[in-house]
Amino acid sequence: MAAFSTRFTFRRGNRRMVLTTRKRARWRFRQPSVIPGFGLTFGFMIAYFSLIILIPLIALGIRSAGLGFDGFWRYATDPRVLGALRVSFSTALIAALVNVVFGTLLAWVLVRYRFPGRRIVDAIIDLPFALPTAVAGIALTAIYAPNGPIGAFFAPFGIRLAYTPAGIVIALIFVGLPFMVRTVQPVLEEVQHEIEEAAATLGANRWQTVTRVLLPGLTPAILTGFALAFARAVGEYGSVVFIAGNIPLVSEIAPLLIVIRLEEFNYVGATVIAAVMLMISFALLFIINLIQAWSRRRFGYAL
Amino acid sequence: MPSSAAQRRVRAATSESRPVQWVLIGISLVFIAVILVLPLTTVFAEAFRRGPDEFLKALADKDAQAAIRLTLLVAAISVPLNIVFGVCAAWAIAKYEFKGKAFLITLIDLPFSVSPVISGLVYVLLFGAGSMLGPWLRSYGIEVLFAVPGIVLATIFVTFPFVARELIPLMQVQGTGDEEAAISLGANGWQTFWRVTLPNIKWGLLYGVLLCNARAMGEFGAVTVVSGRIRGQTTTMPLQIEILYNEYNAVAAFSLAAMLALLALVTLVLKSILEWRFGDELAATNGGH
Repeated sequence: MAAFSTRFTFRRGNRRMVLTTRKRARWRFRQPSVIPGFGLTFGFMIAYFSLIILIPLIALGIRSAGLGFDGFWRYATDPRVLGALRVSFSTALIAALVNVVFGTLLAWVLVRYRFPGRRIVDAIIDLPFALPTAVAGIALTAIYAPNGPIGAFFAPFGIRLAYTPAGIVIALIFVGLPFMVRTVQPVLEEVQHEIEEAAATLGANRWQTVTRVLLPGLTPAILTGFALAFARAVGEYGSVVFIAGNIPLVSEIAPLLIVIRLEEFNYVGATVIAAVMLMISFALLFIINLIQAWSRRRFGYAL
Repeated sequence: MPSSAAQRRVRAATSESRPVQWVLIGISLVFIAVILVLPLTTVFAEAFRRGPDEFLKALADKDAQAAIRLTLLVAAISVPLNIVFGVCAAWAIAKYEFKGKAFLITLIDLPFSVSPVISGLVYVLLFGAGSMLGPWLRSYGIEVLFAVPGIVLATIFVTFPFVARELIPLMQVQGTGDEEAAISLGANGWQTFWRVTLPNIKWGLLYGVLLCNARAMGEFGAVTVVSGRIRGQTTTMPLQIEILYNEYNAVAAFSLAAMLALLALVTLVLKSILEWRFGDELAATNGGH
């Protein structure tokens, strides 16, 4: 593109000054910098990312695209596949909704109140990030099985928790909780007390202040936390397989069905389920980005 | 005293009454106790159900030892690789301005939105029967699938973003001033990195490495798919736990699980210490995974 020049005229004292700048309107990939190492670090990042993440994911895309629409549709609408997807998404939804309530409550209690052991509670929220899923899975099963401490409590009433969809929900509440708390907590810490004081001086009672003034501001954070917990729960495998019972159409989750298809060497069947799940996950990721863009515009904070 | 009464009334307007506070705290504590603390204590209780001798015997088992060694090996390969990637990515993204940066940051988080099982599946498709790469590599005697390389690859995939996502916001906040000063004073790129940048980011780096390592040692779903579960050869600790558990050998399963739970506890403690002591330096990296 051709270079163009700009003329600025301005007055300093009595003199009229003319400043002419020549500006190259050339498209640049990168702004110049004195710091060395862009080629090395950028190159390594792109190469490593492509080899580890991008090419394998594209390979999966090509494999499923190779089936054609009809073939893909036939595999994807297999009753067992639909059943597994339904189980995965419905249990993930319920668990994420439970986490919305308790995660927000926990974030609130941790930010607003001072009580003995608060720091320990705050630290232990991250346990599901640190505890391997298989360990969580067998521990939850031991607790909620009919002979476990909580399972035995419910057993006399004829309520079974482990080896039913209820068990899946419990495991998914466990893995999703920190996503909710850790998304809402920092936003709540930033809320200015003036807003609440203004609401109070204008005659709102505490309940009105919380529900009409504070919670609307937390909406983007709660929605993002919900989406993160939901996305994690849909793909979760380790903590669920032990407690689920794994009965097709009832308590068989989609990731488990992928593993089963692979063990049958039915690679096509596994690929189709994976492709469906990936499409939904990426749609969720896109929605999370939309929420954040909306949040920046509407509430002036990004997560 | 009138002033304290007035103070109390002001505080009451922007806070809940004491009874409400205690009810909310109570509900939270019960929820935490049931959902988080109970599973953790159950692991140790079950491991020591038949006394410490059984616990130690389970850990001394030949296959258990092999599983522990494999888990350490996989973490020892995948964590350093992800550290190098994380530092490179953070350097390229935080120290320069280029087109498509925001998109790239989103892409780095991609593995978090992929089910672990799918993370393993992609390598099965790439290296398994019916692929082009797998048979070609096998003709040179290189096994990827159902062998250690596959397990390492799957582990790298799932732990990919941990270091990068801690360092990128941290280095973006720190800006480029220190590095520019070092360069203008005559330091070369390596000197700048080792003497200026690294001291600035060391706690953030350690934080990311902790989380990356915890996940690498505990990964289950992705590794399940690629390992083939050959006892004593391709079973990591989580896989060995699954095998023992399915054999109704609960004490042995929980004994290995207790080791991983201990790792999780150590990770949490170190992470909390980092947050409390160096909270300001980690400020850019609040929460997350």
